[in-house]
Amino acid sequence: MANVGINEFKNGMKLLINNEPWNITDVDMVKPGKGQAFTRIKIKNLKTGRVVDKTCKSTDKMQSADVMELDYQYLYSDGEYYYFMHPETFEQIEASKEAVGDNAKWLVEESICTITLFNEEPYVVLPPNFINMKIVDTDPGLKGDTSGGGGKPATLESGAVVQIPLFVQIDEVIKVDTRTGEYCSRVKD
Amino acid sequence: MSKIREYFQQQNVLEVETPILSSAGNTDVNIESFVADKIQSDYSNSYLRTSPEFPLKRLLCSGIGDIFELGKVFRKGEVSKVHNIEFTMLEWYRVDFDYCELIQDVERLFKAIFAAFEWPDLQSDIVTFKEAFDKALTVNIEKTTVVELNKLCENMDYSGSQLSYDEALDYLFATKVQPCFNKDSLTFVTEYPSSQAALAQINHNDMNTCLRFEVFFQGHELGNGYQELTNAEELLVRFKADNKQRVFRDLHQVCIDEQLLAAMKHGMPNCSGIAVGVDRLLMVLLNLNSIKDVLTFNANNA
Repeated sequence: MANVGINEFKNGMKLLINNEPWNITDVDMVKPGKGQAFTRIKIKNLKTGRVVDKTCKSTDKMQSADVMELDYQYLYSDGEYYYFMHPETFEQIEASKEAVGDNAKWLVEESICTITLFNEEPYVVLPPNFINMKIVDTDPGLKGDTSGGGGKPATLESGAVVQIPLFVQIDEVIKVDTRTGEYCSRVKD
Repeated sequence: MSKIREYFQQQNVLEVETPILSSAGNTDVNIESFVADKIQSDYSNSYLRTSPEFPLKRLLCSGIGDIFELGKVFRKGEVSKVHNIEFTMLEWYRVDFDYCELIQDVERLFKAIFAAFEWPDLQSDIVTFKEAFDKALTVNIEKTTVVELNKLCENMDYSGSQLSYDEALDYLFATKVQPCFNKDSLTFVTEYPSSQAALAQINHNDMNTCLRFEVFFQGHELGNGYQELTNAEELLVRFKADNKQRVFRDLHQVCIDEQLLAAMKHGMPNCSGIAVGVDRLLMVLLNLNSIKDVLTFNANNA
């Protein structure tokens, strides 16, 4: 992989550190008027989201990571792998359970997901920010209670559990924010 | 700008203008110049100045007396919240001043400028480089080895390649010592290690240090001054040492300023001089966080 001079760093560049790809989110220079310049970067681990500060000599070099972000359509899972298709080239790729991780519960067939390819393999799979999913189980709740003061847990098709208002019932389709796992609204057909 | 000119007029310091494009460049290992086509047949390139230091010193050698210049300078690759590649520098020289007298001169000028921006009267703190390290990190830099300094840097979030003695001091100074200065006063740091003398005289009372100082306010470096080296042979030695260091770092060899050396051989008066970054000073005076906020156009949209 290519070595990149630290003085060429920009936000959004991807680095390879301990065999993991990191995204640069902030770059600043610390330089005494006469003296060695240092570059301070904030980097975010693409998988864990952990943010770390690093300071190096501006003349040092670091390895860049071969990372690409592409949109793919989710097809299906065979229990071991998750299959996706590129919406234009129809090329299919398979993502491992590790790559999908906890986001498995937000995968709706045909939805467009953002896949981070690291060394051309799916590394992280991000579902769309909002998805629509049917409720398969929840307490019926009290009739006439529409105040929505409290909430109740509901199980969705994928097995995900979301807190919903009391008036929402089984078989209804709801919109969920996948970043927070929160209920947004009901979806009427 | 007008306050600066007013101050020097009162002090009888002459304003001069010197070339922005010169045949010789700055050899300083940590400063990169923009290189352009040659303008004189004896030199292989020309350079955009990184400071007006060399022509101003030639004028001093000619016996011009106290002088100042306000003008644009250029430093390749220097972009940050407090750096811009092209910036306005104020540089001035006082003949027969030692560096302590120059510090008083800087104080007077800064007080006049700060008052014009309705700041309360400023106090000044003067510490030596060594004392500053002792105070901020309880480290005696003269008794600490390179290995120990590297370890200290690593404990303080440094994660790059091995540092030399001076580089480690640079890192610790910029990231740990500088932020410790009293926010309400001007801080003058004096007697830098002689390995960081640049073009300052070596301290004859302590050969490990030199007669160089820097001035800081609210964590920002505002200026760098010297009691000037006046010996041409010693200057040539330092230029050559810089270029040698440049080979080692795989950097461009800078054309040495023969005309400055010739002038200095003829005789340079004892003097002290300082360069101040005007844009950064203005940024601090206006309580702004980014140098972009005081520039009409910055390096990203120039």
